[in-house]
Amino acid sequence: MQVYADHAATTEMSEAAINAMTEAMRTVWGNPSSLHTVGQEAKVVLEKAREEIAECLGATAKEITFTSGGSEADNQAILTAVKLGAAKQKKHIISTKFEHHAVLHALEKLAKEGYEITLLDVHENGVVSPDDVRAAIRPETALVTVMYANNEIGTIQPVREIGAICREKGVLFHTDAVQAVGHLPIDVAKDNIDMLSLSAHKFHGPKGVGVLYARRGIRLATLIEGGAQERGKRAGTENTPSIVGMAAALKEATAHLEENTAKVVPLREKLITGLRKIPYSHLNGDRERRVPGIVNFCFEGIEGESLLLLLDMRGISSSSGSACTSGSLDPSHVLLSLGIPHEVAHGSLRLSIDETNTEEQIDYILEAVPQVVNYLRGMSPVWEDLECGKRKHFFAK
Amino acid sequence: MLYSEKVMDHFQNPRNVGKMDDADGIGEVGNAKCGDIMKMYIKVDDNGIITDVKFNTFGCGSAIASSSMATEMIKGKPITEALELSNKAVVEALDGLPAHKLHCSVLAEEAVRAAVKDYYDKHGIAYDAKEFCAGDCAHCGEHDAE
Repeated sequence: MQVYADHAATTEMSEAAINAMTEAMRTVWGNPSSLHTVGQEAKVVLEKAREEIAECLGATAKEITFTSGGSEADNQAILTAVKLGAAKQKKHIISTKFEHHAVLHALEKLAKEGYEITLLDVHENGVVSPDDVRAAIRPETALVTVMYANNEIGTIQPVREIGAICREKGVLFHTDAVQAVGHLPIDVAKDNIDMLSLSAHKFHGPKGVGVLYARRGIRLATLIEGGAQERGKRAGTENTPSIVGMAAALKEATAHLEENTAKVVPLREKLITGLRKIPYSHLNGDRERRVPGIVNFCFEGIEGESLLLLLDMRGISSSSGSACTSGSLDPSHVLLSLGIPHEVAHGSLRLSIDETNTEEQIDYILEAVPQVVNYLRGMSPVWEDLECGKRKHFFAK
Repeated sequence: MLYSEKVMDHFQNPRNVGKMDDADGIGEVGNAKCGDIMKMYIKVDDNGIITDVKFNTFGCGSAIASSSMATEMIKGKPITEALELSNKAVVEALDGLPAHKLHCSVLAEEAVRAAVKDYYDKHGIAYDAKEFCAGDCAHCGEHDAE
């Protein structure tokens, strides 16, 4: 059986998105900046997509800027806050320990340039406390950036509360909503969001395209110079087919949001209940407060990459936060931020499902994972030490 | 594909995996904090021939494949030859490893040496201590010892 359970990495494009894109490629290949009819026909389609996307977010079309994806949107949002803050000598940014690297690496770079960065604790449950945000805000704070939902463990952050605090304090608030858009109901106005990043390929749209939402009145800084596209805030001929595909995918995801959630949540719960039966396993992140499809577990005594590869051989696509999958010596910064020790964090597995998965597939995963975990534990000297008491277990049995 | 067919073969069907109750030498190297630990068991006969080898490994695909390959390469060989096993030879036998996985082969070489050293120690065989620490072990000092 083939089971794709890595939807947090990327999703298969929907028929609606593929059809919208191929149609756009055939019929509106003009340059939207051209004044002639061929160009203007593309412009009309582009602006329609902008309106449709805005509507899904509770925004207006003018607040939508197209980017190459979530990472670019994150970088542009941060740069915007830096530029706006510079005029008022604001050189302090608040974020969290478990943000995506698109945010963390941009902030590390700013730290080298003299910015002060506060990375908030995400506690054992992987949820930022609004009180911590309030306490961290200073007169010189230029930006608070907290992700909507974590990409590895799926925990949902109290975005609305954090946004309200930022409004009250007059601080810009950005959220990386790459894992949330299309999976959770989002309303930028109700959620008190000033800037939001999204990426099309996380909700069955195409890769290489995303959006930076910026509330009216926020003057975006430009990352890419060279033209008047996107009101001069993002040069380069617009990727009309991908943008159209993104709009089609988001419209579909938004229209079926409740239905999809009603289907995915019980599958996720079944997965969690089943995996918890494995001795010395641990569900990472808050049990309830999570996006419909993301499940992340640690299994003591084994290493995640070998687990992932053996599951792949059984047709199951998953991911892991082990060092070996991150290409560094350290395991996932997200798991470490939850207080999980290195040794245990190496044995992590992320399964991310969505409405395209079936109950039979969940049953298949629940049959395969315990077998593979047992097999790897059987050849693990760490597990041997845990069993004979030479090492101490971190989790309860 | 990240790994060669050889690596995948040794990962999926590891040779000589398991423990050995009557081992003449046991070597354990690596650090769980870094994500890989190898434990190697050897059985040595009166002529100094390694008659049996077993391993247990906590680690990624290439760590398991490297251990498996190393056991194959020293089984049936004199101890002196086992000591000459280099990580490079393990990598070559596996048809290569990705650059960031080369340390797995170093660990396999170290596991063999640690098992031999343990055998020497247990059997009162004299050896040159310097031979067992070249001072360039891949993981030396990278993380605090646990």
